[in-house]
Amino acid sequence: MSTHRILRHRDIPNIASLDVYRAEGGFEAFHKAVAGMQPADVLNEVKASGLRGRGGAGFPAGLKWSFIPNNLWPHYVVANADESEPGTFKDREIMESNPFQFLEGLMLASYAVQAHDAYIYLRGEFWQIARSLDGKIAELEAAGLLGEKIFGTEYSLRLHTHLGAGAYICGEETALLESIEGNRGQPRLRPPFPAVYGLFGKPTVINNVETLANVPGIIANGAAWFREMGTEKSPGVKVFSLSGCVNKPGNYELPLGTTFRELIFNHGGGIPEGRSIKAIMPAGASSSLITADDRALDTPMDYESVAALGSALGSASVIVLDDSVNVAWMVSKTVEFFKHESCGKCTPCREGTYWMSHIADRIVKGDSRKEDIDLLNYVARQMQGKCLCALGEFSTMAVVTGIEQFREDFEKLQRS
Amino acid sequence: MAKKLVTLRIDEHTLQVPEGMLVVDAARKVNVDIPVFCYHPKMDPVGMCRMCLVDVGRPVIDRATGEVVKEADGSPKIAFGPKLDTACTTPVSEGMVVITNSEKVRAARKEVVEFILTSHPLDCPICDKGGECPLQNLTMAHGPSTSRFIFDEKMHLAKHVPLGELIWLDRERCIQCGRCVRFQHEVVDDPVIDFFHRGRSLEIITDSEPGFDSVFSGNTTDICPVGALTTSDFRFGARPWEMVSAASLCSHCPVGCNITFNVRREAKSGGEMVIKRAMPRQNESVNEIWMCDKGRLGYHFTESKQRLTEPLIRKNGELVPASWDEALDLAAQKLREAGGELAVLAGGRLSNEDLFNLRKLADAAGGQALLDTYMGGGDLAALVGAGAGTNLGDLGKGSAILVLASDLHEEAPVWWLRIKQAAERGAALIVVNPNETRLDKFATHTLRYNPGELLLTFGGFLESAAGKVFAEAENALIFYGSNGLGLQQSICLANAAANLLIKTGHYGKANNGLVPVWPKANSQGAWDMGFRPALDLAERLRQAKVAYIAASDPAGDDPALAAALDETKFVIVQELFLSETAKRADLVLPAAAYTEREGTFTSGERRVQRYYPAKMRAGVRPDFLIAAQIAGRLGIELPAAAALVLEEIAKQVPAYAGLSYQKLAEVQEQWPIIGRSDVYYGGTGYENRHGLGVQLPSAAERGEKVELPAAVNPALPSVPAGSLMVIPVARLYDQGTTLQPTKLLDGRAARAELALHPETAEKHGLQAGSQAQIAAEGWRVQVAVRVNAHLPVGLGLVPRSTGVPIFGPTAVTIEPVQVEIKA
Repeated sequence: MSTHRILRHRDIPNIASLDVYRAEGGFEAFHKAVAGMQPADVLNEVKASGLRGRGGAGFPAGLKWSFIPNNLWPHYVVANADESEPGTFKDREIMESNPFQFLEGLMLASYAVQAHDAYIYLRGEFWQIARSLDGKIAELEAAGLLGEKIFGTEYSLRLHTHLGAGAYICGEETALLESIEGNRGQPRLRPPFPAVYGLFGKPTVINNVETLANVPGIIANGAAWFREMGTEKSPGVKVFSLSGCVNKPGNYELPLGTTFRELIFNHGGGIPEGRSIKAIMPAGASSSLITADDRALDTPMDYESVAALGSALGSASVIVLDDSVNVAWMVSKTVEFFKHESCGKCTPCREGTYWMSHIADRIVKGDSRKEDIDLLNYVARQMQGKCLCALGEFSTMAVVTGIEQFREDFEKLQRS
Repeated sequence: MAKKLVTLRIDEHTLQVPEGMLVVDAARKVNVDIPVFCYHPKMDPVGMCRMCLVDVGRPVIDRATGEVVKEADGSPKIAFGPKLDTACTTPVSEGMVVITNSEKVRAARKEVVEFILTSHPLDCPICDKGGECPLQNLTMAHGPSTSRFIFDEKMHLAKHVPLGELIWLDRERCIQCGRCVRFQHEVVDDPVIDFFHRGRSLEIITDSEPGFDSVFSGNTTDICPVGALTTSDFRFGARPWEMVSAASLCSHCPVGCNITFNVRREAKSGGEMVIKRAMPRQNESVNEIWMCDKGRLGYHFTESKQRLTEPLIRKNGELVPASWDEALDLAAQKLREAGGELAVLAGGRLSNEDLFNLRKLADAAGGQALLDTYMGGGDLAALVGAGAGTNLGDLGKGSAILVLASDLHEEAPVWWLRIKQAAERGAALIVVNPNETRLDKFATHTLRYNPGELLLTFGGFLESAAGKVFAEAENALIFYGSNGLGLQQSICLANAAANLLIKTGHYGKANNGLVPVWPKANSQGAWDMGFRPALDLAERLRQAKVAYIAASDPAGDDPALAAALDETKFVIVQELFLSETAKRADLVLPAAAYTEREGTFTSGERRVQRYYPAKMRAGVRPDFLIAAQIAGRLGIELPAAAALVLEEIAKQVPAYAGLSYQKLAEVQEQWPIIGRSDVYYGGTGYENRHGLGVQLPSAAERGEKVELPAAVNPALPSVPAGSLMVIPVARLYDQGTTLQPTKLLDGRAARAELALHPETAEKHGLQAGSQAQIAAEGWRVQVAVRVNAHLPVGLGLVPRSTGVPIFGPTAVTIEPVQVEIKA
């Protein structure tokens, strides 16, 4: 990517400095919006761009913003910086190195839905980033870009950072809202959805950091500019977090529609030590595994195409497994993760992740009974369709697809 | 306000229910049992346990036209969701189709039960809940017969965790349904228990000191669907199938909670029936399905080993056992000799039957019927009391409730709860007290007054903002108590309150009227049967030739009354225990406790309810029977069976016309449906099959003219320099005779203490935690000093029934007590 749209610090060092950011056109979009556009126009531009949420669900952002009712006030915008999916590390790079673009996106979203307070919810482990963002926010206030009567208009806006405390479930939007409100981080019942009943019971927009970082470009350059990259249904660029058995793990900003092959081999330097690629987990620990055959490798990385493979792009935290990795071992790691992170509110997830973790452990230790592979599969299927939120559902994906596509890995460990 | 009706299908049933009803409740209406664990009909649904998953289909609507898409045969096209939905979080909608008995749904239930049972210990053989356990019942109905979970991988958690000294928690049995936590947070505003940790490690903890500091804690053991929460009182006590039930009432306060006693015959009691526990009995007009811990644990006085079991006669200065015949003959003889100088003093613990017969006896013997109480106004409640059909559960927007001189959380917790909920539904709540109470938080208006200023403050009430809200309300009730007041002030207050209701027209109909917060369960009955308090009680006792005292301990309460009784020629005491008064008596008659006979109580809302015997006891006799037997010996015929006494009451007391024991036993179906067969739905409470009671019409409703004496400002004692004005306040757990034998509550009971504002404490040379001696005319008592910045300055508060003889605003002298510490 020669000129980045999101990871612009790779082209412009010091873009984390407000002066540099502004010199590069920063906050012109915000000025254009607040001083010259109606909130609805900002919303419609983002809608027209087709920007889809970059946090994992891929829901059209502008459409989500349009659900906010105009007869219930106040409105809130919350940036989801909980980034806890194993294999996802894009948002931290954005916030560390191009923070003002993210903040400008958050400010534009707030203007679009006429929110006067916006929150940034960061996972507890990001306390240094939070402190840094607090500094950036103070700079913006000093510069008159935040606070009362911005640009001499009636619009006022305050940004607030809020730290979590080590719970993956707080990345789930309603658990995140509960956490900000000072309650236990457990998902709420939906309906009602946050658009109508959100933070403090008021209409709330929740967007991922990367999603918001896309917004200034859309407002500055227009929806058409945004659509120059990517595909028809998945426009724009995506920051892919590549990790696992690759020579050059890291974040790569590429247009949506780039193939797995290109990401892994052209950019990621291929598989180390000449081993062969075995499987891809495109959505971190929440993935449905993809057997890395040619068909898969040549699949474009956009929401539709990956879904057609029987998987999901998610937040594009692409974990690569080569033939040195036993999938059963990998699955034992993911279920261990979900067992640890389950909030415990609903029966299937609370008991199911615990149970799956024990069975997977036994298989990996060579301590299991003949029927345990099928039992593991059955327990996972037993959880599906019953959980209160996506954590429970997604905890079963790697298990079911792993056993389906790589059963011999499980059997191999059983025999050992 | 009638809600729009919605038609839907649940399995083969087609039904119409109000819009907004949850599918799980709609199903109950047509006897379709959708199993639940976390759902409870009295709380907001949370959809956590996933047991109630059902297949929900809705009519398909054409987006373009807004019309329902039809099948070929004209019926609406129904689309079912890709996943099952929780019936407890899904409100009904027009045309909905719910399937609860398909293969898919049955498989889902089986799987959820299997999940719940993975780490659930196989404690059934020793678990209290066994036999009345929703988890057992639903496992038998819907679960697998074996588990594929390996025993050794079970999650182990602590099994004997005391959440305070009243409630035990077994964390392994807990299925994390959250009913207990939600009840405490949402229903009773005592967020003293909570979840801790997460995932499979979720556990319940308490974070209050003392642990589980809530007067409603026992209710969590009813609604817990497993044996995780048990009371210390009943834990390991008995198996449900060993016990028989007796429908009864709580005897501690004027709410009149309907309860059930469970009784078992035991070898270790010599073959006697023993009361093992008290549980709530459903009465949606009184206590719904709740009871407070005082009622739940406060029955031990009836079982106490200190109970009197034979008559005693004073011979040569000593009380010696005598036969009933000898005792009754002596009583009759003395009454005859009294020649009209007889004082019958009764307490509000007695039943209507007891009080009626005692009154008749007093009348026939030419004596006075006196009520031992520090609260007035019962005659006014008879005139303008809560109208027939009053139900606090119906109050909401458009209603107003004025709580006057009463700390309901301490005096009548279930009323506190029902009024709090009425306020949450939009009722205006005006709370008027000298001190902060727990109801203030939910009040729309809070007013404070100084003792003595209450009526002055109250006089201008209608001109205040609160008064206007009260006057304009469609329905209004006044709950008045004796918080900080004595008899004189209380009489005046009741009068002022009644006058207010008449002025604003809030009387003579349902959900309007005067509700006294009596200190005893049947004080209203006492007033209705013709007993009256006397401001000069000591004088009357002193002058009486014979005092016949039943269910009252004047000597134990007040040194002045003890001194008066010393001068009474002959004292007859009819009691449960050898009280201070009984010790001074010439004749002691052992009375049956209310659990050992039947009778009726009249609640503060003027609902007459009957209670049934839970067991028998040898040697004692019911109060009404003793009175009848004495009367008989005087040639006066009084009915000697409870039902017959009530028959007479119905004939002679206009308000009670038409009552009978049969009428009081009538029941109707109540919602939500709880009880033995539906134990999973509403908890282990008791279906009411023995009577909902009858609410009496007030005099106004019977068309009688209501005339009130004019309101009077009461006199207040003056406070000499250096003295302190002290007022009595109620505390739920005190040292009262009927609560003291419940040792479990010892740690939480109020003791003789004086609560002061820090400034007031300092002024009198006192500190928190120190001791002081307070004194007034004729007595001196040592008290512990407590300091509380929320109290008014210049006022001291002393709890009633803790041994400090303060019954109204009293000026006392205070002296710090130096505690000697020996080196």
